[in-house]
Amino acid sequence: MTELSPAATEAHRAIEAIWRIESARLIAGLARVVGDIGTAEELAQDALVAALEQWPISGVPEKPGAWLMGTARHHAIDLLRRRQTLQRKHEEIGRDIQQAQEDTGPASAIDGDGGDDLLGLIFMACHPVLSKDARVALTLRVLGGLTTEEIARGFLTPVSTIAQRIVRAKRTLTEAHARFEVPDGAERAARLPSVLEVIYLIFNEGYSATAGEDLVRPALCEEALRLGRILAELIPTEAEVHGLVALMEIQVSRLRSRVGPSGEPVLLLDQDRAHWDRLLISRGLTALERAEGLAGAMGPYALQAAIAACHARAATAAETDWPRIVALYDAVAQLAPSPVVELNRAVAVGMAFGPAAGLDLVDALVQEPALKAYHLLPAVRGELLRKLGRSEEARAEFERAASLTQNVVERKLLLRRAAECTAERMAG
Amino acid sequence: MRVLVLAKEDHQTQAAKPPTPEAMAEFQKFNEELVKAGVVIGDGRLYPSSQGKRMRFDGKKRTVIDGPFAETKELVAGYWLWQVRSMDEALEWLKRSPFDAGTYEIRQIMEFEGM
Repeated sequence: MTELSPAATEAHRAIEAIWRIESARLIAGLARVVGDIGTAEELAQDALVAALEQWPISGVPEKPGAWLMGTARHHAIDLLRRRQTLQRKHEEIGRDIQQAQEDTGPASAIDGDGGDDLLGLIFMACHPVLSKDARVALTLRVLGGLTTEEIARGFLTPVSTIAQRIVRAKRTLTEAHARFEVPDGAERAARLPSVLEVIYLIFNEGYSATAGEDLVRPALCEEALRLGRILAELIPTEAEVHGLVALMEIQVSRLRSRVGPSGEPVLLLDQDRAHWDRLLISRGLTALERAEGLAGAMGPYALQAAIAACHARAATAAETDWPRIVALYDAVAQLAPSPVVELNRAVAVGMAFGPAAGLDLVDALVQEPALKAYHLLPAVRGELLRKLGRSEEARAEFERAASLTQNVVERKLLLRRAAECTAERMAG
Repeated sequence: MRVLVLAKEDHQTQAAKPPTPEAMAEFQKFNEELVKAGVVIGDGRLYPSSQGKRMRFDGKKRTVIDGPFAETKELVAGYWLWQVRSMDEALEWLKRSPFDAGTYEIRQIMEFEGM
């Protein structure tokens, strides 16, 4: 293997950074012309390969984005010509997207500021015909500019699994004849939740890692936040986009307080609020105001952001406005009822109106099939039992919770709680 | 990771030349591009150092010094807070700025380990 010269190494690093900045817009512009993400990504990758070959020798061009787009555009036009020739030969192969191409011409189709293209790419990568996993992987790949390896690392999944997921997702989109478009009106309203769900899934995988040794993987939170912030700029009239951004900004403001010195989780009410990131909180509150300022009732993300804001506004845990949080959970439960929301509501009720009231609600959830393997149910139940002085029952619940979680660090914390209950029982 | 981009200007003691409308428009366009890319998370422009104060500490003693701070060559005139994935990405963004004078300094902000 030949050693790269320092200049070449520098060029490679610059190319990596440029790719990160340009790839989404590049793929989006190409996808609009060629009609599918798979081909668009291949064309963009070809341009990247050309840059990797040429820039270390010729230097990075003054406008690297325009260079990449120009190179990819040449390939795209060639491809479209070949396709059109093919279409004349086999008319039945024709696709409606090509008709659109002939109307506008490929060259003009690639120009423009790219905002709509980016939005089109977001909606396509988050297309409802795709599974959640597929949407997440494809979004990180084509919008985040992440490599398959980086995505695999983020989700602790084998590289081959992610690679397959992306290939299948692209095939599914082609087979479903998914159109590259920016839906609006009722169609946008119907498809936006799928986009927001993907962003929040990415965020949550970073915020409360479901598996592995790390409790949080901040890089995924950052990716999700970036996507959310971009989306909020692209469609500023959608209240739920601001709601989601608000929720993520406020949650991530606590990221560094969520993990103790030896990597152990620190629960919200035990966190040192002086370490919460005030800038992110204020950004979150501003985003929430924007969501509330737009017409219509608050959606599930805005409501959850409002709950997060109750915590963010309280200078100490004791000052938390629990009755308001209960009311907000009531609203969430009406809008998007789920056993997990009920469980959270039970926690809030326990704080607002005493552990016995909370326990009543949790007990009603014990038979819930969806929560059968959910470790937080016994964890919450244990906490309430402990407050009621029922240490022995509490210990059993914490142990059950520990056996259900896949996260090593969390399991340790739960087992410690169980041990504390035993100690309390001995002392009592 | 987050970086702080410090805009440093050389001649703040003199009455600063107000930027031309064209330069302002170009800057706005650049800033907007950064915001749309989800890069900017905070920013601010500072009044000239003639309106600033300094406090010097020496044991228990505190000395207040009024601006302008003539002895300093490069004074901070403004700042940006950017969310980027690497220092290289920050450099790439800064290269695209329309500035034609001054020095801009990029410093990484210490955060949560591994961020």
